[in-house]
Amino acid sequence: MAYSFPDDVLEHVFSFITSDKDRNAVSLVCKSWYEIERWCRRRIFVGNCYAVSPGIVIRRFPDVRSVELKGKPHFADFNLVPDGWGGYVYPWIAEFSRAYPWLEEIRLKRMVVSDESLELISKSFKSFRVLVLSSCEGFSTDGLAAIAANCRNLRELDLRESEIEDLSGHWLSHFPDTFTSLESINMACLGSEVSFSALECLVARSPNLKTLRLNRAVPLDKLSTLLRLAPQLVEFGTGAYSAEIRPDTYSRLAEAFSCCKKLKGLSGFWDVVPSYLPAVYSVCSRLTSLNLSYSPMRSPDITKIISQCHNLQRLWVLDYIEDVGLNALALSCKDLQELRVFPSDPYVVDANVSLTEQGLVSVCKGCPKLQSVLYFCRQMSNSALFAIARNRPNLTCFRLCIIEAQAPDYLTFEPLDAGFGAIVEHCKDLRRLSLSGFLTDRVFEYIGTHANRLEMLSIAFAGDSDLGLHHVLSGCDSLRKLEIRDCPFGDKALLANVAKLETMRSLWMSSCSVSFGACKLLSQMMPRLNVEVIDEQGYSDAEADSCLVEKLYIYRTVAGPRIDMPDFIWTMDQDRAYRLRNRPSS
Amino acid sequence: MDLNFEATELRLGLPGSIDDQSEIKTTNSPANTNKRSSSEMGSSISDANDTSRSAPPAKAQVVGWPPVRSYRKNQLQAGKKTESETGCGIYVKVSMDGAPYLRKVDLKMYKSYEELMKGLQTMFKCIIGLYYDRELGYNNYGSEIYKPTYEDKDGDWMLVGDVPWDMFLSSCKRLRIMKGCEDMEG
Repeated sequence: MAYSFPDDVLEHVFSFITSDKDRNAVSLVCKSWYEIERWCRRRIFVGNCYAVSPGIVIRRFPDVRSVELKGKPHFADFNLVPDGWGGYVYPWIAEFSRAYPWLEEIRLKRMVVSDESLELISKSFKSFRVLVLSSCEGFSTDGLAAIAANCRNLRELDLRESEIEDLSGHWLSHFPDTFTSLESINMACLGSEVSFSALECLVARSPNLKTLRLNRAVPLDKLSTLLRLAPQLVEFGTGAYSAEIRPDTYSRLAEAFSCCKKLKGLSGFWDVVPSYLPAVYSVCSRLTSLNLSYSPMRSPDITKIISQCHNLQRLWVLDYIEDVGLNALALSCKDLQELRVFPSDPYVVDANVSLTEQGLVSVCKGCPKLQSVLYFCRQMSNSALFAIARNRPNLTCFRLCIIEAQAPDYLTFEPLDAGFGAIVEHCKDLRRLSLSGFLTDRVFEYIGTHANRLEMLSIAFAGDSDLGLHHVLSGCDSLRKLEIRDCPFGDKALLANVAKLETMRSLWMSSCSVSFGACKLLSQMMPRLNVEVIDEQGYSDAEADSCLVEKLYIYRTVAGPRIDMPDFIWTMDQDRAYRLRNRPSS
Repeated sequence: MDLNFEATELRLGLPGSIDDQSEIKTTNSPANTNKRSSSEMGSSISDANDTSRSAPPAKAQVVGWPPVRSYRKNQLQAGKKTESETGCGIYVKVSMDGAPYLRKVDLKMYKSYEELMKGLQTMFKCIIGLYYDRELGYNNYGSEIYKPTYEDKDGDWMLVGDVPWDMFLSSCKRLRIMKGCEDMEG
């Protein structure tokens, strides 16, 4: 005698379940739960836009309000993915415009977004509220103008780190005078000056504005005007923080900052004039997030600020902070959870900046809550890595980039295998790891054995042989994303671990030793994987199977091979002769 | 973006080895591997210490290394340009004794006192002498020679030329060009 709750009771219960993983689990319980769940799922996350098609999504989830899509592989950030690779959002928007008239939120990462897509968004969804374009490209300020003009209920417009064709700053003036719902705007990546009076009026009529990230072109002497209109701001990004030194400008600015009692996050500070920095001191004690990673501020000024930020949880900064600044961070910011130190001058051997592994060790020793680290430096030692691992077993994300590729332990000249081994052994909850320095197959043995929670691994210029890759693919039970460049990993390891690839989101390998033949074989063995070879040089007809591929991107999918590939990308499921016959001449 | 095709060429064998450490240190480029050629198809990957590898040219940049986002790279480059160009100039007022109007100059346009004097001379059509200038120094009591002074951050009027140029840049708030007949030498 089976009895169950009425559907709408179950639906109500499910409405409290928001995480995707939990929702997925709910949908597997039984057929009726699957049905109820799919009708009431409102938020979907697609980590690889080619893993599924818009049609499949819409058929399963008929009433979605919030969509997040990711496109290009992570290594696209570093110019390893050629232009024209894909990741076009338009087909998704086109289908959503028909199927989801009540769509409210679109969040995209590393996708190609056209002005037409933006126009379509602005006209199709009457309740549209949130648009986040993270590291996207392909659109111009004209597209933004359409969003501004038509999205009457817009709350959030975040253009973080996107590459936008900046035709003019006029787009901001397209927000109508009746538009008052803005809560968050991030235009930091735009170069053009927007009309200040338009910006001023927009801020003045947005009582719910919490996040305002200006672009470089907004001058310092105008900041106080904006802050006075929005003392309720929680996050603020300045423009160029420089102006003639004038006492009245300074005092206006300092006073404006002191009125912002809710300010928790600061960013911007391009072109700093140090004399104006004390104007922010009044907010330092409340700050939880500080992004100085685009600022030329030097160590003394950085140190003065962070020494007052006792509640700081997140710091992004350039290596101008130097070891001395990191020591101050370790002393002052006991709540620190995330640290990112970027290189001010990545392409010189000697940057004349006194930042070494000691700064990182110091922060790891001094900040008990530190979980997430991204650190660029020019020297590292196993002993430093041991110290980090022992002191911070709670690390969940450790991304280390020693700028000189394959640099060994600078004290002993040994590989850094043992040091990274200590990291994976001690940090049992490590979810993300990026390796650098001189590494042999041994480090992969450590990783395969110990890194059970690891979800994303980035490898460059490391390892000796296929054994290294085999250790990773045969271990690392939680691995979802693996990206590899310039390593001597090849066919053997890949073909010995084919089943693993279906448990992962994706695998990227470039400048490794995988052959076309192996790709073809893999493709035949695993029909639910797309095995995409990226080869801009082309390959010779003779002995094609033993030729090595330039770049390889393998991902699981229920959508079959994609149809929007440029001619330098191949899937290996087609007969070779057919492919050669039909290949467009380069 | 300079695409270094050599760096993305397929290579067999390890990208670099311990022997090449000193080269790697100076050249900042790790891709010490052979070019792939079809005649080498048979060679095994485990030939890790292939000594016929040649060092890449010095300062060859490897695509995508170090892994800095192009967005961030562009911002850093733009920032450096602004620092060296006159992106955020230092404009100060310049008054000259006897002139009806004040002028403004961008101190960042000049790299030294001499250049600044030349610029001011052009602007005011007069002759201005730095006190240490042997030809135009104050020992020449001709009334045509003007003396440059400036107001510093503390509000004091100082003689131009005493402090290093960079320090002058950061402390000068305004300039005044005084008539030469006022005797500044004790």
